[in-house]
Amino acid sequence: MSPLLEVSELSSGYGDFQALYDLSITVNEGETLAVIGANGAGKTTLLRAITGLVPTWSGTVRFDGQNLLPVPAHKRVAEGITMVPEGRLLFPSLNVRENLLVGGHGRRPGPWTVERVVEVFPLLAPLLGRASSVLSGGEQQAVAIGRALMANPRLILLDEVSLGLAPVVVRQLYAALPEITAHGATALVVEQDIGQAMAVADQVVCLLEGRVSLEGPSAGLERADITAAYFGMGHRLEAGEEGDRG
Amino acid sequence: MEWVNAIVQGILLGGLFALFATGLSLAFGVMRFGNLAHGDLAILAAFLAVSFASTLDVNPFVTMALVVPIMAAGGYVLQRFGFNWSIGADPLPSILVTFGLAVVIQNALLEQYSADSQGLDVGSFETRSIEFTDDIAVGWFPVLILGVAVVVLVGLQLFLSFTRMGRAFRATSDNPSTARLMGINDRNIYAVVMAIAFATVAVAGLFLGIRQTFGPTDGPAQLIFAFEAVVIGGLGSLWGTLLGGIILGVAQTVGNQVDVEYNVLSGPLFGHLIFLVVLAVRPSGLLGRSQQ
Repeated sequence: MSPLLEVSELSSGYGDFQALYDLSITVNEGETLAVIGANGAGKTTLLRAITGLVPTWSGTVRFDGQNLLPVPAHKRVAEGITMVPEGRLLFPSLNVRENLLVGGHGRRPGPWTVERVVEVFPLLAPLLGRASSVLSGGEQQAVAIGRALMANPRLILLDEVSLGLAPVVVRQLYAALPEITAHGATALVVEQDIGQAMAVADQVVCLLEGRVSLEGPSAGLERADITAAYFGMGHRLEAGEEGDRG
Repeated sequence: MEWVNAIVQGILLGGLFALFATGLSLAFGVMRFGNLAHGDLAILAAFLAVSFASTLDVNPFVTMALVVPIMAAGGYVLQRFGFNWSIGADPLPSILVTFGLAVVIQNALLEQYSADSQGLDVGSFETRSIEFTDDIAVGWFPVLILGVAVVVLVGLQLFLSFTRMGRAFRATSDNPSTARLMGINDRNIYAVVMAIAFATVAVAGLFLGIRQTFGPTDGPAQLIFAFEAVVIGGLGSLWGTLLGGIILGVAQTVGNQVDVEYNVLSGPLFGHLIFLVVLAVRPSGLLGRSQQ
């Protein structure tokens, strides 16, 4: 398997606040990578750096061998990188169908259409004409995932899909993941829910305070090691880093 | 009967106000950009038409084919390489930048054309009218203006509702950074919005120049009327802008009737009063999205 995404020694952050410290991860084509970690570990910043929404301070991001740093955020979609943002962030002025269609704005060729998204998420079928703001959280998340798929991605970044949703809904949404990857997309999943992450992923990376604290195949990791890496036990906890930026 | 006439003329005048307000409404709706130079841009377009009409010796209507594309291109370039730097959560930079632009335009026009009033002469069409009764006559030219305003606003609304680009406009208006995740270049969207705004205000400026004489410093008064039309109708709603323009037009012509002797004052005064009433009773405007 060839690496689809190679992040090496990436440092990034917001203003004066550094969120990532020389972080390196690799995602192989066809593999699902889960990035786990506590609040403020740098998970969301990592995704936003990959999509180009936050600037890269140092280090490189390579996608299919190509250096992404000179590519602005809106052009990275055309390369095949798409993201389901944390909090879903549907467009309230657009109805469900339009939200899906706007995901395909770049007209990148591929298998995904509104009809195919509805096949994967049948709950959306009666909702296509509705305003996105009146949907339940789970329905909104399905639209957000569908919207990302409409870009016909090679790499789909899923940020906290489970956030604020009932466990049964989360399981339904994740049940669609094999079908998504079967259509040729590689998934990078950010989760706080370790159990969910381990269940769907081939590889797991744990972040702690902007650095990789543990990585390996999900089948081979011990629960105790993950807990230690997640909370930084065994390391001396440095004070100061807290916040919503995951 | 003269009141009915006042209302009819007001509706027609409203077409011009709506046309003035279109660009303001669109720019504010998509990018929260308040353009204080909007009225001066209309006057600039009218002066450009004066120059083209005299050098090419053509009817001012014909100059529209030149002035509108030139203004649109100017709007695109100005937004892409200038105004975009002032867009953000804080509306103040855009207000300062466009205030500066307004001063620049007014003084450049004074330098170039002097302070003399100018007019655009389109011949007899300007005064031709249809008489319905002895008291009510409708001019072809005001009807044309209203017709153009309706076509422009309905066309823009259809564009926003049903096209891929219109969808991108609305998505960018909702959330520019998420729009970037969809592959939408928000900076380009803003520039296209400004190009449309400049094109519509150029049309409005030409109509104004045909309707009445104008001078280099007449822009701010036009800005106020456009601004009032936008606020009455509701920020960010193009239907509202059309409605707001018509309400303002009717208020002004009815106001003219109230005190014929001082109609230069009483007309606009009534317009301002309606504006204030709407602002006090329904701050989000008649068709605006209510505050959440």
